Amino acid sequence: MLINFYIEPDDHRIAKLAAAALGLTLLEAAIPSPLPGVKPGLANIITLVVLMRFGWRSAAWVTILRVMAGSLLLGTFLSPTFVLSLGGAIVSLAMLALAQTLPARWFGTVTLSILAALAHFAGQLAVVYFWLIPHAGIAYLIPIFAGAALLFGTLNGLAAAALLARLSRTPASPCVTA
Amino acid sequence: MKFLSYFRPGDWLTLLLGATLTLWLAANLWSQAKPQKVLIRSGGHLFAEARLDQTQHIRVPGPLGESVVEIQKGRVRVAADPSPRQLCVKQGWLLHVGDAALCLPNQLSVELAGVARRYDALNY
Repeated sequence: MLINFYIEPDDHRIAKLAAAALGLTLLEAAIPSPLPGVKPGLANIITLVVLMRFGWRSAAWVTILRVMAGSLLLGTFLSPTFVLSLGGAIVSLAMLALAQTLPARWFGTVTLSILAALAHFAGQLAVVYFWLIPHAGIAYLIPIFAGAALLFGTLNGLAAAALLARLSRTPASPCVTA
Repeated sequence: MKFLSYFRPGDWLTLLLGATLTLWLAANLWSQAKPQKVLIRSGGHLFAEARLDQTQHIRVPGPLGESVVEIQKGRVRVAADPSPRQLCVKQGWLLHVGDAALCLPNQLSVELAGVARRYDALNY
């Protein structure tokens, strides 16, 4: 039996965007963090841009590919780190699916980014609590993580808005990093 | 400030709600529960249960003699005890929910309790 895989232009675009997100993930892995789990989440800038320009489906593809390939490159595939990353990604994608129905006139990428960051943190916390550390003591860390999610969510949202503003002035190209 | 132009009106609302949520979480999760009452046990039985808002001395008889539990605003200590090593007296003031002073020779225990009772220990 012969199975044909047709590669659509969409696939190329998703691959390129995922590669861009992957670059940011690797870059970020080099930044030291005072607390494990608190990091800027720069790759989410790409997720937001893809969401706004190409829709939720593409954003989900780019995010999941980024998590998979990123864990392979960082050597964390199937480790707790990977599960945390995937859990956060899935919950924040679900949140983005809901949040993108908000009226765009009033709510921009900053809102999407903050909501996604908080959802990401909530998803990770759920994994930590139900699987890794089933102890109420992690409650003490919740405000720190929520504050970090708020801060980095806002900054990433602004970065995505700036990127989108620049992109809207140039003709649509399959690669946002051009 | 160019970056301010990237905020849409609702974004400020989201930011405000997010900040409120974070502060609310911090206020709730980082606050220490205030002790509500003191439980005094003697010989394994609850001898007295007292509120912490007024100063008083409670005399508790035991096998060795009389112990004195002193309550001041929001704190409690064993002021005097006939036990030989005076461990519970030297422990000083108890301030937080779950703090306890034990005078084993005289079979006395003094414990601060809050609204919800916390565990002494957890085992998995």
